[in-house]
Amino acid sequence: MADTATGAAPDRARASEQGAVGRFLQATEIDTRMLGMVGALVLIWLGLHFLSGGLFLTPRNLWNLSVQSASIAVMATGMVLVIVTRNIDLSVGSILGFVGMIMGVLQVTILPQMAGIAQGSPALWILALLAGLGVSLLIGAFQGFLVAYLSIPAFIVTLGGLLVWRGAAWWVTSGQTVAPMNPTFRLIGGGPEGSIGAFWSWVVGLAACAAVAVLLANGRRQRRRFKFPQRPVWAEVFLGALACVLILGAVGVANSYPWPAAIVRRYAQANNLSVPDGGLFIAHGIAIPVLIAVAVGIVMTFLTNRTRFGRYVFAIGGNPEAAALAGINTRWVLLKIFALMGLLAGVAAAISTARLNAATNAQGTLDELLTIAAAVIGGTSLAGGAGTIAGAMLGALLMQSLQSGMVLLGIDTPLQNIVVGAVLVVAVWLDTLYRKRA
Amino acid sequence: MDNHAAPLVEMRDISIAFGGIRAVDGASIDLYPGEVVALLGHNGAGKSTLIKILSGAYKRDAGTILVNGEEASIANPRDAKKYGIETIYQTLALADNVDAAANLFLGREIMTPFGTLDDAAMEAKAREVMGRLNPRFQRFKEPVVKLSGGQRQSVAIARAILFDARILIMDEPTAALGPQETAQVSELVMQLKKEGIGIFLISHDIHDVFDLADRVCVMKNGRVVGTARTSDVTQDEVLGMIILGKCPPGAVPGPGAMTLAA
Ligand SMILES: Nc1ncnc2c1ncn2[C@@H]1O[C@H](COP(=O)(O)OP(=O)(O)O)[C@@H](O)[C@H]1O
Ligand SMILES: [Mg+2]
Repeated sequence: MADTATGAAPDRARASEQGAVGRFLQATEIDTRMLGMVGALVLIWLGLHFLSGGLFLTPRNLWNLSVQSASIAVMATGMVLVIVTRNIDLSVGSILGFVGMIMGVLQVTILPQMAGIAQGSPALWILALLAGLGVSLLIGAFQGFLVAYLSIPAFIVTLGGLLVWRGAAWWVTSGQTVAPMNPTFRLIGGGPEGSIGAFWSWVVGLAACAAVAVLLANGRRQRRRFKFPQRPVWAEVFLGALACVLILGAVGVANSYPWPAAIVRRYAQANNLSVPDGGLFIAHGIAIPVLIAVAVGIVMTFLTNRTRFGRYVFAIGGNPEAAALAGINTRWVLLKIFALMGLLAGVAAAISTARLNAATNAQGTLDELLTIAAAVIGGTSLAGGAGTIAGAMLGALLMQSLQSGMVLLGIDTPLQNIVVGAVLVVAVWLDTLYRKRA
Repeated sequence: MDNHAAPLVEMRDISIAFGGIRAVDGASIDLYPGEVVALLGHNGAGKSTLIKILSGAYKRDAGTILVNGEEASIANPRDAKKYGIETIYQTLALADNVDAAANLFLGREIMTPFGTLDDAAMEAKAREVMGRLNPRFQRFKEPVVKLSGGQRQSVAIARAILFDARILIMDEPTAALGPQETAQVSELVMQLKKEGIGIFLISHDIHDVFDLADRVCVMKNGRVVGTARTSDVTQDEVLGMIILGKCPPGAVPGPGAMTLAA
């Protein structure tokens, strides 16, 4: 492998021309674009914290923020793939509404009353959830079929879907709200019960740290196997340490947000505990919807980076004709992307229905725009071919931070919309500038 | 070369029309193992369209394709690759946003035992092949859109020879190359020829290919003017075929040959 040896030389030569920051970024291979986004998020958080007189960066607010971001974050991961292939999905908010209705009606009326499943039976929420996910997958696949095999532009198919599924959501109960949800199903939406508590949060955090270490070590082994240039050891250690600090920091925050006193009292009564004078500190820990979103993010990242499907998605986005000439069945890939998007809208429907403890026909209205905004702010190029799952999830967090920050500041809804709209346009403009420079 | 055996590939009476335009009209062409056939003609003569039918990119309206004397069914690029037909397209057909290794293996990725992409193995193989074609090439981590025209061309060529092609189609492969790189491609053609691969070499410029080719086939307005061994015709005669459609005595006339008014 003579050429790998010569390959390292120009790299090193280039590195010596850069300053310390450049060398640091090159050694750690940190994506500058991602760094910019994290920087923007930190600025927004500090700004909102300052403006709200110290209300924003509190465990309570951050915990709520994480729960509120979950459903958009889940859908944004799918929207990345849709936009990467130069398509769009305007129907996800309506699919969310329709599927939420189906999950609600199934567990509240149809399954208990018509199928005779007992209220306490776990079959109730499991069947409702699976049926909803199945329907969302089919809706997505159907729309994907129209786009891929009938060559109807995605904009039109999903614009139609936006109206159709919203109408269908009304149709399920003639517009009536369905409530309350099954108690087990509600855990999907978070709340004191729907969080995993301090102990398990630490377990999850430590497991995540271990996973980071394994991933870094494995990457190093792979590079050594083929004698590719390696990252310096200090850079590996730095990256691992940074990731662990962030993970454990997030767990620490989630574990410093206690249950409200009223719920603690009820819990103590039910479990025959005595509440001491100072009150009993029971931490929320990580909320289940957040765990779901993180799991979705990991699976989607794996799918895009490590599988044939993901490789083809990006190749199609870069040059659809070249992908077809390389023998890729581009229509089938496209159909799968839309089916996946539908399924993720179903997951988001479960989260938001469980969180609201009700299914309404207006649920998810405008969510398609927030989802698209999250993906685009997160670095997904509308010209196709570029985007990351992590970026889109960060974008969802950023959008939600702005929104709940403004609620905290008491800003009226119309002004909130104006700010969110303006931020989206400015973010895309900055991205355009960045891409021109790169 | 044994011309009595069945040709490696034979296209018979191929026609295709786009709207009203007959891009290829009753064209026939064949190729033997270890042979280089130059497909010549002006821009718009139908050369790229004809070979895109062979590579599965277009569906023909009429005609048959035979591989090793047996009728082949080629409906898409995957089918063509199964017959060992590899193509370097005039447009290169690279996925601009992914790196060289991803392009080389696009559609035929190396997988780990766990069913995931083995990027390290693909990069290692890519370094090996690119090292042979273009030893100075080092930009393996960058999307191919950032590469120079010549580097992109090497990626497209490397992709075509990576998978044991038996029939290689090169559509204007030196269009983006300087004189030195062009000489490298000529060398590569000679080497592949020695390995027994049949090569269709397409060009609009006769000087690029005359010395490399065993035979020339000239197209004009979608039709074959004629086919000739390069030993039986002069460059000027071939130019006459390209420009005027006039078939010299040393060539076998095709349906596109100019008929002299009697
Ligand atoms: N996809 C297509 N759609 C419509 N017309 C086409 C298409 N491809 C080629 N043509 C037409 O077919 C003719 C032959 O083109 P082409 O095969 O590219 O010529 P060459 O490669 O010999 O320069 C031209 O008139 C061209 O405009
Ligand atoms: Mg051409």
